[in-house]
Amino acid sequence: MLISFGERLNEPANRAALALRAELGRLTWDGIEEVSTSLVSTYIRFDPLHLDHRTLRTKLEGLLASKDWYGAPLPENRRLWRIPAVFGSELAPQLEQAASAAGLSPEDAIAQLAAARVRVQTIGFAPGQPYLGELPEAWDIPRQSQLTNRIPEGALAVAIRQMVLFSVATPTGWMHVGQTAVQLFQPQSANPFVLRPGDEVAFTPATAEEITNLRADPMGGAKAEVLK
Amino acid sequence: MTRSLKVLRIGPGCTVQDAGRPGWLEYGVSRGGAADRLALAEGAALLAQSHTLAALEMVGMGGEFEATEDLRIALTGAPMKASIDGSAIAWNASHVLPAGARLSIGAALRGTYGYLHVGGGLVVPEQLGARSVHLSAGIGAACQSGDTLPVGEDGQFQTGLGLKVANRFEGGQVRMVASLQTHLFAEKDRARFEQTQFRRGTRGNRMGVPLDSDGAAFSPDGGRTVLSEVISPGDIQITGDGTPYLLLAECQTTGGYPRIGTVIPCDLPLLAQAPAGAPLCFQFVTLEAALEAEEKARSHQSGLRTACKPLIRDPHTIADLLSYQLISGAIAGEEDVL
Repeated sequence: MLISFGERLNEPANRAALALRAELGRLTWDGIEEVSTSLVSTYIRFDPLHLDHRTLRTKLEGLLASKDWYGAPLPENRRLWRIPAVFGSELAPQLEQAASAAGLSPEDAIAQLAAARVRVQTIGFAPGQPYLGELPEAWDIPRQSQLTNRIPEGALAVAIRQMVLFSVATPTGWMHVGQTAVQLFQPQSANPFVLRPGDEVAFTPATAEEITNLRADPMGGAKAEVLK
Repeated sequence: MTRSLKVLRIGPGCTVQDAGRPGWLEYGVSRGGAADRLALAEGAALLAQSHTLAALEMVGMGGEFEATEDLRIALTGAPMKASIDGSAIAWNASHVLPAGARLSIGAALRGTYGYLHVGGGLVVPEQLGARSVHLSAGIGAACQSGDTLPVGEDGQFQTGLGLKVANRFEGGQVRMVASLQTHLFAEKDRARFEQTQFRRGTRGNRMGVPLDSDGAAFSPDGGRTVLSEVISPGDIQITGDGTPYLLLAECQTTGGYPRIGTVIPCDLPLLAQAPAGAPLCFQFVTLEAALEAEEKARSHQSGLRTACKPLIRDPHTIADLLSYQLISGAIAGEEDVL
């Protein structure tokens, strides 16, 4: 069952989805097998032979009516991550193209991206891979119709006021404006996923050489603090 | 030597699979697990063991294997030609694989995914709470010639059981329910979808399969773009060029292509098994009908163990008949299920 808080991505809808997911995690209703979120929705996987659709729907309607989810506080134990990134350079060749699409000089584009504090709106498509937002309005630029053949792991790319920090190398239509050394999915590690939905992220400017050196560390120099 | 199964030779894309890895959707990892869940349950029933144990999933063809100790094995899913040291053995059945004997499994006669189960299960290390390989997430890797697969302890001895299995290996009709984006498609397009005779495309894999047809492309009303939303296995998304694409166990967790409907879980084994070119057609059913079908499928699964019956062999097909000890009534049980 899917509870959708909007047809378009916006901050209150994303907040509502995250808050409802956190509440369902606390309530642990019998019959619910898994809860997750997408950009604006909360998803419930349940066993319909154990918990029927009508009962679940009635319980959810009660829960939804119990407060204003669009204004609900974000989940607890969120973290602020600071991740070193180089903007532009041979490691991130599309910075100038993206800046020009956003109507900014390369310097202003870097300043805006480095100053942005974005939220992990959802994780999806590939393991541990976040959609980050929301960027200032200038960044409402379309994805490229011509796909980039291969964007590397750790790449930071922009489009439609969002950033994606790639956890795998893949073809993409997003524009490659930054490069980090973080490995977001570490299947062998005790904590295989670096980011959680709801976390906040800021990118600390670094040089291409610093990023290359940080590759020895799977965390790529990323540091977290718990948000109060 | 530890209890294990040696892989002497194996086809491409064969992986260790169990019931999958739930609980990681919000981190972008789909549940994965065996493409044909029913085959996994059938193997567990034949060996009278837990359906959570891992087996080897073979894609289109098997390989050659050798056990380091006597092992109980069972073969389920897409029927493949199988033999132990040259003597043919039955599919959908359990057998003894003696230490050092050569198990040969050939190409699939029908269907796509065949399963080799061992008593005690394959006990490759768990990652994120399951043993199943998830190729698209990069968890584990396909089996290679020369690999040694560790096998768990098995306190049981019974083999020579067979299971009668309905043919789900040549395509057919499946049931789907309306889902969150079905309404984006005009009623006449939904009706046309139900009337279309599709063929399973050739580019399919564990993530999903394209559905080819000769008719016009399918597209949502007004070509609306939709926000990326949660995907579940069984969803049929309409890709950019209008080709429907059915998502399977190893699908991505979210997707932005509109979805016309969702195939009900108990019909997914038939879809996963349909070989390239097999005919497929789809029928919308009500939620009530879908639930009834699921309930029936579940009770079928829980009855599998009692449905396993001793194999009966035709003496004419037993090349080494006289080497058997025939007077005490022991049944080695190999050819011809039931």
